[in-house]
Amino acid sequence: MSIDANTADRVKELEVDKYKYGFVTDIEMETAPKGLNEDIIRFISAKKEEPDWLLEWRLKAYRHWLTMDEPDWAKVGYDKIDYQDLHYYAAPKNIDRPKSLDEVDPELLNTYEKLGIPLKEQELLSGVVAVDAVFDSVSVATTYKAKLTEMGVIFCSISEAVREYPELVKKYIGSVVPYSDNYFATLNSAVFTDGSFVYVPKGLRCPMELSTYFRINAENTGQFERTLIIADDGAYVSYLEGCTAPQRDENQLHAAVVELVTLDNAEIKYSTVQNWYPGDENGKGGIYNFVTKRGACRGENSKISWTQVETGSAVTWKYPSCILQGDNSIGEFYSVAITNNAQQADTGTKMIHLGKNTRSTVISKGISAGRADNTYRGLVKILPRAEGARNFTQCDSLLIGNKCGAHTVPYIESRNPSARVEHEATTSKISEDQMFYCMQRGLSSEAAVSLIVNGFCKEVMKELPMEFAVEAQKLIGISLEGSVG
Amino acid sequence: MSILSIENLHANVGETEILRGINLKIEPGEVHAVMGPNGSGKSTLSYVLAGRDGYCVTDGSVEFKDIDLLELEADERANEGVFLAFQYPVEVPGVTGMTFLREAYNSRLRYEGKEEADAMEFLKLVRSKAKDLNMSDDMLKRPVNVGFSGGEKKRNEILQMAVLEPKLAILDETDSGLDIDALKLVADGVNALRTNERSMLIITHYQRLLDYIKPDHVHVLARGQIQRSGGKELALELEANGYAGFDGKG
Repeated sequence: MSIDANTADRVKELEVDKYKYGFVTDIEMETAPKGLNEDIIRFISAKKEEPDWLLEWRLKAYRHWLTMDEPDWAKVGYDKIDYQDLHYYAAPKNIDRPKSLDEVDPELLNTYEKLGIPLKEQELLSGVVAVDAVFDSVSVATTYKAKLTEMGVIFCSISEAVREYPELVKKYIGSVVPYSDNYFATLNSAVFTDGSFVYVPKGLRCPMELSTYFRINAENTGQFERTLIIADDGAYVSYLEGCTAPQRDENQLHAAVVELVTLDNAEIKYSTVQNWYPGDENGKGGIYNFVTKRGACRGENSKISWTQVETGSAVTWKYPSCILQGDNSIGEFYSVAITNNAQQADTGTKMIHLGKNTRSTVISKGISAGRADNTYRGLVKILPRAEGARNFTQCDSLLIGNKCGAHTVPYIESRNPSARVEHEATTSKISEDQMFYCMQRGLSSEAAVSLIVNGFCKEVMKELPMEFAVEAQKLIGISLEGSVG
Repeated sequence: MSILSIENLHANVGETEILRGINLKIEPGEVHAVMGPNGSGKSTLSYVLAGRDGYCVTDGSVEFKDIDLLELEADERANEGVFLAFQYPVEVPGVTGMTFLREAYNSRLRYEGKEEADAMEFLKLVRSKAKDLNMSDDMLKRPVNVGFSGGEKKRNEILQMAVLEPKLAILDETDSGLDIDALKLVADGVNALRTNERSMLIITHYQRLLDYIKPDHVHVLARGQIQRSGGKELALELEANGYAGFDGKG
């Protein structure tokens, strides 16, 4: 049976409402004082019991950051962020390194329960998904650890990886996104607090979906997580990322870095359903989502596939990218970005072709409603050595109403004459004919919009793992509520 | 009680008055044909009955069963049992016919306060309906109307109608764009759906559809009003003489 038939069922069972993840967990927190300076960075590093090399790396990043200017080229506008008015570390008290789930504060378990992410292993979907839960600055629990360890898969928080597998971390951290990469990535390198670490050993197909669930809870706190995933020769892993935050009037900053590395014949599939609090109808509050995600296909015949469904955040600035170094390596980017009300999204991808016969596919679906602005910005770059490289890009924009905007900004640079680069773009509106047709068959106007939009996004939605597809389909309906009069 | 009772219906599209006082009564199980020249208001009548935006009723009333149809939104009318087979069925890319139809079917069940049908149950229902119509349900695996031939689009409309079991089916120029074989197939489908309770309003320019679907009553619509009503023989008369004398020009 098709995914959409199945998911339509599940979606119905789920309660459709406004932003239902907007609650706040009342829990005792340990927070660093507001502000950013070298002492704060030393404080974070000491809290995490980090080795000297990592502290040095953080400080180098911080000093470099001081010389940088905040980028302003994206088609987004927001109030200036006061970086001295944020907490750079917030952790629930008493959860320093819980050894097992039994030691995790029940209040935290409840929080994830409410978010629909049960952390008790027996309640997880019959063992197909292992979860690392990140609450503000720290990872609070990782499920199925024992089972994964047995197979040789390392799946833990990055803080733990720094302690337990320093060589691996040292070898790969910053190797895809260097500390000097860009303003937000550099800030992240200085102050990152937690995130997930995955290493899949040679030849292993990880049998479970690995998942991280990010939750921003504390007030005035930036979330700077760092994720590092390595698939060794011939390995495969599918990784899911979900995000929510409480409903607050002020904006919160989220500046994450994700680095992926695939060696020969390895594959990483990275899926995101981003549902940070988007702010209210008038644009008050919401998350600033300034994220650097990049994967390096280092090995031959390796593959990295990004799938993202972006429905939340007040401002999104994000370009998951692939550096196709290994010959015959493959990069994919499938994206649905929905903006409603006053939301702004400037998102897309970069496909950098270095190796011979490298291939990339970009499918981007932007949906804009209300007064929102939605921009696809993508770079396809073919370097001289990339004999026979190919790219196919398709960007479709859908407008709902007449106050929103959709923009497509493709950059194409080809320095090898044998390369083939294709770019297709369309912009359409939900037609009055389609609405009437659906409503004449009994669908409410909101159900009609949701159905039409889900159809529009189908090529991307089918790339999502089943559990996520259900959530994503539901989210699309919710994010567009009230978008038709 | 009539299924449909239209009295003195006036309607505008933009500033232009298209319907200028229509009166029509349809009893349960009756098939009425409304014929008329281009621009007479045939399609407007079907859109007004189905509740399309932009079609503004300025006077008169429409009762469906015992409810004031004009008070309801398009989706509510559909859920009460009004079905419009479109002259130009609309494409919904990326949405399979099965998903579309199940959404529609479940909307009705919800409207009636009933439990929704699960995927398997619904699949069975669709298969049996398709079988009754001698159709394959393969069409429903494709996105709604995308890349369909003219005949497929119309057959798809009839299959939807069979599944949704309306009390009143309005067929808007269902014969347009069909060759004679496709026309027969569609007409067979419609005939298979005739029951003692289900009423139909067939809107057509040509009489040829009425060779296959035999109406109980025929009305001639011109200049926004029903100019003449009669039995089947009226259609034949129109076929012979055309609309001259009705359209106000000839």
